[in-house]
Amino acid sequence: MSKSPGDLGWVPQQPALYGKLTVAENLLLFARLEKVADPRETLDGMLDLTDLRDRAHDQVGTLSGGNRQRVNIAIGLLSRPEVLLLDEPSASLDPRQRERLWVFIRRLADEGTAVVYATHNVQEADRYAHQLIVLADGERLFDGSPRELERVVGSSGLDFESAFVEFLHQRGH
Amino acid sequence: MRWLLAKDLRILRRSPLLVLYPVVIAVLIGFALSRGPDKPEVAFYNALPESAGRLELGGRTIDFNVEVRRLFDDIEPVNVESRREAIDKVESGDVLAALIIPEDLTENLQSGLEPGRVEVFYNAEDPAKKQFVENTIKAQVQTANAALTQRIAEEALDLLDLVSEGGDYSFLGQDFRVLGLKESERILREAREDLPAGSPQREDIERVISFAELARDNLSFSDDVLAVVGEPLRVEARSLEGGRTSLSSFAVALAVSVSMMFITLLLAAGTLALEREENAFPRLVRGLVSRTGLLVEKAGLAAVCSVSVCLVMIAGLGLFVELDWGRFPLWMAALVVAGLAFAALGLAIGAITREVRASSLLAFMLSLPLAFLALVPSGAVAPALYDVIRAVSAAFPFKPALDALDAALNDTGGLGGALLHLVLLMAAFGASARAGLRRFAA
Repeated sequence: MSKSPGDLGWVPQQPALYGKLTVAENLLLFARLEKVADPRETLDGMLDLTDLRDRAHDQVGTLSGGNRQRVNIAIGLLSRPEVLLLDEPSASLDPRQRERLWVFIRRLADEGTAVVYATHNVQEADRYAHQLIVLADGERLFDGSPRELERVVGSSGLDFESAFVEFLHQRGH
Repeated sequence: MRWLLAKDLRILRRSPLLVLYPVVIAVLIGFALSRGPDKPEVAFYNALPESAGRLELGGRTIDFNVEVRRLFDDIEPVNVESRREAIDKVESGDVLAALIIPEDLTENLQSGLEPGRVEVFYNAEDPAKKQFVENTIKAQVQTANAALTQRIAEEALDLLDLVSEGGDYSFLGQDFRVLGLKESERILREAREDLPAGSPQREDIERVISFAELARDNLSFSDDVLAVVGEPLRVEARSLEGGRTSLSSFAVALAVSVSMMFITLLLAAGTLALEREENAFPRLVRGLVSRTGLLVEKAGLAAVCSVSVCLVMIAGLGLFVELDWGRFPLWMAALVVAGLAFAALGLAIGAITREVRASSLLAFMLSLPLAFLALVPSGAVAPALYDVIRAVSAAFPFKPALDALDAALNDTGGLGGALLHLVLLMAAFGASARAGLRRFAA
């Protein structure tokens, strides 16, 4: 990947937000720090993107984990990056929040942002990823689609998680 | 950086506890330090009748009712109606001590046969206050004794002068004419001239004249001798170390230093630790703001807040203690440099803690001993230990900040040295904080 930092949006695993600031204030602050051309307009766009316009003036500390993560991701999108890096975006979210978050992320991808996410949840890799990179002990073991990984394992009838574990066994992990 | 500053101010405004707590603590401690101790309450029973309150010594009068009132400069008198009531108040703990002036005080003094006695009863419930009252009363009684001795010595001098020079004297309502040595000598010299040469009486008169001369010459030294007897020890105090600051003026410097330390340390450490607690630090330093810029912003915020609070505090204290407002630029220099030095220490604390509460606790744990150590006077501990205390105090900003503020507020000198010391500490702690931020990102 040879993108410059400005082309990459990075979203840390834990929401990196100020709990005492509102949703709008957080977005506006980081938009200004990112030196985006029109911070107010960008804020408007992000509130629509995250479906949080009605919570814009609520302090982030009062939001649910899922909504906080949405704001967290929105901050990573402020500079309109071509590639968005997400570090375990759904960690510590309950299933309902996780589902809503993935709907949001898929919409980003549908709108043309390349989303790269790290996860330990194999089901999420299967359900949402077009391309899968498997890393173990710093070594890249696989690069392809989830279906290709199943084909590499060659065990029919296994669900994806079982196939994934089998793949690791075959690679000595 | 201004957006970060605005963000921190907004967070501070929405975190009243984070702002009010250090400010209230600092102001409370500051004002407590700047106020002198309360005067201890002492029951006071004066049995001296108004008419018997005066002691006549020669032609001079000592009014004991006036002398006793001088005690009230240092104690809070609770007037009572009897000796028993005074003692009851001490026993019940209503007052710390009772001072009783007996009705025969001046009578005994006037007789010259026995000393006048005053009675003092103490309540030892609070040893520190008991000692204060005891020392105060002892000191005032000694002052009264010295005054009496002085008066008696002056009266003796008048009598000796009468013996030497002659004059009129009044005793028990009768007036006397005292011839005096000088006049006696003159009469004798005239009588000697009337005697024939070689007369044996002439020789006797010569001897008496010599005695009169000798006596007058020696009496001329009596002024000095009696002055020494009246005040055998005279204190000439000169301050060699430290400034010439009065206790109240020093207390202002101390109160402001303590307040500044608490406010700045807590704010600098807290706002930096908050970036980590909110997980915002990694996001900020990924190209949005430099680590050094972040430190400068936090230091500036903490210093501006604490300087503002301290200025308000000085203005408030100025209502009670006389301050030289003409030195305002020097106050500002001391406040700003001290604020930045404390901020650097606060940042070093904030850089090694993961959350605001931990940073606040660490700041408190560090502040209190630092203030305590800086106030240990020389001679209070063993010399080697005092050297260690001085070295520790010099390694942190409190002592030089106190010196700088004392110099700026009270013109005690050494402002430049104290400011330089603070600048060096600011650089050292700033570098520590910067190094700590490397670990911060982990």
